[in-house]
Amino acid sequence: MRARPWIIIAAAGVVAFGAIALVLTFAVAPRQIGQAVGVASIGGPFTLTDDTGATVTDKTLAGKPYVMYFGYTYCPDVCPTTLFDLTRWIKALGPDADKLSYVFVTVDPERDTPKLMHEYLASFDKRIRGFTGTPAQIAKIAKEYRVYYKKVPSSDGSYLMDHSAIIYLMTADEKFDTVIPYQEKDTAALAKLRDLVATAPSS
Amino acid sequence: MRLLSKLALMAVLLAAAPAAFAQAGGTSKINVEQPWARATPAGAMTGAVYMTLANRTNTEDRLTAASSDVASKVQIHEMAVVNGIMQMRQLTDGLAVPAGGSVTLKPGGYHVMLIGLKKRLIAGQTFPLTLTFANAGNISITVPIQAIGATNSGNGGMGKMEMK
Repeated sequence: MRARPWIIIAAAGVVAFGAIALVLTFAVAPRQIGQAVGVASIGGPFTLTDDTGATVTDKTLAGKPYVMYFGYTYCPDVCPTTLFDLTRWIKALGPDADKLSYVFVTVDPERDTPKLMHEYLASFDKRIRGFTGTPAQIAKIAKEYRVYYKKVPSSDGSYLMDHSAIIYLMTADEKFDTVIPYQEKDTAALAKLRDLVATAPSS
Repeated sequence: MRLLSKLALMAVLLAAAPAAFAQAGGTSKINVEQPWARATPAGAMTGAVYMTLANRTNTEDRLTAASSDVASKVQIHEMAVVNGIMQMRQLTDGLAVPAGGSVTLKPGGYHVMLIGLKKRLIAGQTFPLTLTFANAGNISITVPIQAIGATNSGNGGMGKMEMK
């Protein structure tokens, strides 16, 4: 009985420490994407299927800087918003837009068939290609790009996806350049895209 | 004490009165203000509906369910982007509408999610939606569809670029 207050205080201390550690971990994590984790460790070889049904690899994108976004078509809010933002930015880039490639990679390969992605992407800039694949292929590219995604079952037996809502900007030699986070201001996003255009090898 | 609470209640009711009369057919306990849905890309199986729910009573109410002809299922969801990770969750207990207050469903937050769309949501069209509240019961509304890039009920999306 006498020991109990100490146990409570100790337990509270452990919980508080844990909470602080957790907050710090997550607060620091996004910054690490661009810094501590390092440039070399984002990206890597992949084999996927594009929205026309053709096999694509990282070599398909090589030679041009590229913009890569991970999402899924079942997503009603963030994904269409982001793809629409990207569509506006592509338009704002003007002729320079053709110096970049644009890819929407699904994190929901079970539902996102090439045909569905093709139909879905028709509502956005035509230059945005859709990549899907087997669950194993998607797991591999997600790991290489440090994209978090997780299936969350819903009450009706279906599922939703938690996923990184980040646009990756990659150089022509498949090196990480920077990211455009969710709800980035147009001016900031366009500045990053123009910087990426400037890295394009002159042809 | 009892008199005081009655006076407080009257004050609340008086304060709420103009809003109540401003709304057409203002007999409902919940006002559904500025509902809108985002147009969907072709092939999309889901859509989102946004609105502000104003509670004109001094009892908390809850939006517990919804249904529509345009979707096989309708759920109430909360969405958040936490450290770059998008998370979406069904609110299985519904969404609270505070007594005398309001809650806004908007992009990046709460939304009514249409699942299994039976037809594509086209900008400029409308569709019916029935909201079910724990206290206020069923409220049927007509939801206007805004462009894919819309961020609120009035903004057509494409119109403003704010690029400069």
